[in-house]
Amino acid sequence: MTKLRILLWVVAALAGMGFLGLYAWKTSFQDDARQSALAAIRPDYTLTAHTGETVTERNYLGKWQLVFFGFTHCPDICPTTLAEVATVMDGLGEAARNVQPLFISIDPERDRPAAMAEYVAAFHPALIGLTGEPEAVAEAAQSFYAYYEMQPQSDAPDGYTMSHSSALYLLDPNGRFVHLFSYGTPAAEIVEDLKEKL
Amino acid sequence: MNTASKALSIALLAGFFFAGPGKAESTQFGDLKVETPWARASIGTARPAAAYMTIRNGGSATDQLVGVESPVSGMAEIHKVKTKDGVVSMSPAGPLPIGPGETVALAPGGLHVMLMKLRQPLEKGARFPLTLTFERAGKVTVDVPIHGVGAIAPEK
Repeated sequence: MTKLRILLWVVAALAGMGFLGLYAWKTSFQDDARQSALAAIRPDYTLTAHTGETVTERNYLGKWQLVFFGFTHCPDICPTTLAEVATVMDGLGEAARNVQPLFISIDPERDRPAAMAEYVAAFHPALIGLTGEPEAVAEAAQSFYAYYEMQPQSDAPDGYTMSHSSALYLLDPNGRFVHLFSYGTPAAEIVEDLKEKL
Repeated sequence: MNTASKALSIALLAGFFFAGPGKAESTQFGDLKVETPWARASIGTARPAAAYMTIRNGGSATDQLVGVESPVSGMAEIHKVKTKDGVVSMSPAGPLPIGPGETVALAPGGLHVMLMKLRQPLEKGARFPLTLTFERAGKVTVDVPIHGVGAIAPEK
């Protein structure tokens, strides 16, 4: 009986170690893949701003940039993040002049410039909304390694919703990728990070 | 910030929220208590809006939130946001079970009442009725205050 119990414990311990090992390997592998994807980010786009003008990534050089991909029919993650970005801008005070927040729509069919204008104005006067033809948006997202996908959903408005990358990208004044703030990073933390850099 | 102080600040923050605005806006309904309902202002009526709240089950049996409706919306549903590898997606949550003694929070980044086909814009400072249908407890209507479009938590 005792021997059996010991044997069972040994088996359980080995199984546990095996599981942990597998988990650690999988996690580090994913981190590596993620890190190399992040290192490859080279923002490159030609899009239409909510004001109607055509812009590229070069328009915002000279400022730190906070870039978020989303869509205006998004009732939860997008307004929450854009509200955080607005709080960050207000929290930066004078230094906010050196920061350009950008909201890039990954739902270009619905988010025409006029719709973007109405939407971004509700959050912060400095926020610029970018959209474009679907191909232009796809190229923009690809250059950021941002993911999005249309999800058919019969009861959603127009029969679909979008899944998308939820992180906020920080670019330096040379337009180079610095790091991501994951969804839910408190505005105060972002303000602190930016104040150190500005 | 180390883990201990993070845990402490989360605990303090949680305490603050429960002690704070929760008291003023709660509806006791049989064994259930609906606390701090709130919604974000909408931009016009073309896009869906979201409402949030906390539901406590003080009883000894599981109940389920099976439906939501409001005169401001032609179609309302409980939706859930899932995050996988940094990608968020949203889908109808289906019936929402609340076990005995459990609390279910509808909050940004998780569950929300998705108010589609808005019949009128949700304007900051106004309120609207929202009827929740529970499998056991039946229907209860709560009065939902509308906060700014940039609100991320219930305001006092």
